[in-house]
Amino acid sequence: MRGFTYTRASDADTAIRAVVHNAEAKFIGGGTNLVDLMRENVERPSEVVDVNGLPFAQIEELPNGSLRLGAMARNSHTANHPLVRVRYPVLAQALLSAASPQLRNMATNAGNLLQRTRCYYFYDTTAPCNKRQPGTGCSALAGYNRLHAILGTSPQCIATHPSDMTVALAALDAIVQVQGPNGQRSLPIADFHRLPGDTPERDTNLGHDELITAIDLPALPFARHSLYLKVRDRPSFAFALVSVAGVLKLSDNRIQEVRLALGGVAHKPWRAHKAEEILTGAPATPELFRRAAEAELQTAVGFEHNAFKIELAKRIMVRALTTLTERRLA
Amino acid sequence: MSSYSIEQILRGDVPRVGQPQPLAADPHLMPVSLRVNNHVYMLQLEPRVSLLDTLREFLGLTGTKKGCNQGACGACTVLVNGERIKSCLTLAVMHEGHDITTIEGLGQPNQLHPLQAAFIEHDGFQCGYCTPGQICSAVAMLREVEQGDASFVSEDLTATEVNLTDEEMRERMSGNICRCGAYVGIMNAIREVYEQQQKGPRI
Ligand SMILES: Cc1cc2nc3c(=O)[nH]c(=O)nc-3n(C[C@H](O)[C@H](O)[C@H](O)COP(=O)(O)OP(=O)(O)OC[C@H]3O[C@@H](n4cnc5c(N)ncnc54)[C@H](O)[C@@H]3O)c2cc1C
Ligand code: SF4
Ligand code: FES
Ligand code: FES
Repeated sequence: MRGFTYTRASDADTAIRAVVHNAEAKFIGGGTNLVDLMRENVERPSEVVDVNGLPFAQIEELPNGSLRLGAMARNSHTANHPLVRVRYPVLAQALLSAASPQLRNMATNAGNLLQRTRCYYFYDTTAPCNKRQPGTGCSALAGYNRLHAILGTSPQCIATHPSDMTVALAALDAIVQVQGPNGQRSLPIADFHRLPGDTPERDTNLGHDELITAIDLPALPFARHSLYLKVRDRPSFAFALVSVAGVLKLSDNRIQEVRLALGGVAHKPWRAHKAEEILTGAPATPELFRRAAEAELQTAVGFEHNAFKIELAKRIMVRALTTLTERRLA
Repeated sequence: MSSYSIEQILRGDVPRVGQPQPLAADPHLMPVSLRVNNHVYMLQLEPRVSLLDTLREFLGLTGTKKGCNQGACGACTVLVNGERIKSCLTLAVMHEGHDITTIEGLGQPNQLHPLQAAFIEHDGFQCGYCTPGQICSAVAMLREVEQGDASFVSEDLTATEVNLTDEEMRERMSGNICRCGAYVGIMNAIREVYEQQQKGPRI
């Protein structure tokens, strides 16, 4: 690991100033992703700015009914907050499905948003990788690509975003609150992460000198009826092969509103707008669920080892919708 | 007192005597004070040294084990302010002022922690490499159950009491891998201590 200087920031301005002046500086939250990548020489900051002391660890209700999740609140505390458990079970479940209890006690909400792909070639500094070293090529295209994306890929990169939390955030239309040298701005979760295109080295639209301060969950009463399903190689402590976050509002067996987002399929959490369009206003039937899932995956392209994800994604969407419908009718 | 460079220490080129290692004066070092098992240690550390390496190499607390060094096995689990974490993926300098407890701080050979005694009683290990991490993890897990924390397999997220079924216990202990597969004994040991706690404190 490259040596670095370490500073502890006690307020946001100091933290931001430190990274504005040094293109090689990085914030550190729980460290569960950054320390790992630094040890592998994938990340090589010359300066690490500890933001754990910033006053952004609270979870609080805002006057407009939103729930504000502090950037430095731990994933475990967020999942177990009574308002998250009751109002946004999809988020509590997504968080609780991720990593292990020890890691969730360390991982911050901001760090989770910014965790990097688990593509093996991204981690392997001897392999070509456009994300780690632009212009060197993508080893996954013709390599082992079981974990990789089926939607929104580019010839430059077929990596997935590994976070479970962000899939739930996508379904909930969360808003990321950000502070930079020129003030504050809000980024809807849909605009936060990027598709790889020709710039796979950029995971998100966050600037180098911008600090995440909070994630806001808009009030969404029907999110009480929501769930997170995750398919993985073992039943616990593994990244998703494919996952789905679902929120459903039914009235007399007719779908009034629905939110669906997929994980493990793209470079960003994948909001299933096409499926939602087909489902909204229609009677909740298994045939409709399947049709909506087919439509969403219509543009999916599989690679040598991950084509199974296309059918898996459809089935998990149908499973989520069926389960939510059965629960409402029970 | 002789002193050693960080390179020597990382190479293992120094005597390991269970004492804080004196370090050469080095501009990259930072003063750090760590509170571990109720002792305060004043150290000079490079910021890149993990909490795990600090415990093992600088404080001689080798009970905490290094398995994968990438967050995936749980052998390095310790308690920080009562919560379980993986000490391999965190920097020691990030823990100034925190209360750190390792396996050495939970019990003593002549006065074992109930979980240590139960692991012996129930054959909760074979080689023992994962055991300190399992026990530290279990201590925190039982506390999480007591405070009503949910898990991914919890049926009802609105429930404030945990029904600690075997499925719940497996899920909650899934951050600790046992290469020897001593899971049956591990589960039995933890269950015994849990049931004792349910009955009230032991006399
Ligand atoms: C073994 C293992 C298994 C895992 N399994 C899963 C899984 O199943 N599902 C899942 O979703 N995740 C999983 N994870 C990933 C884990 O969730 C992330 O590592 C964690 O959420 C990152 O949070 P952190 O606070 O530790 O981030 P850090 O490592 O501290 O930081 C990550 C990035 O965020 C930046 N950053 C941190 N805070 C801020 C801020 N306030 N503003 C701007 N930038 C910031 C840092 O500079 C860095 O680039 C796993 C990790 C491990 C090690
Ligand atoms: S998929 Fe992306 S991250 Fe993986 S090797 Fe290709 S460019 Fe790198
Ligand atoms: S050594 Fe830390 S989790 Fe394996
Ligand atoms: S007892 Fe050997 S790894 Fe668990």
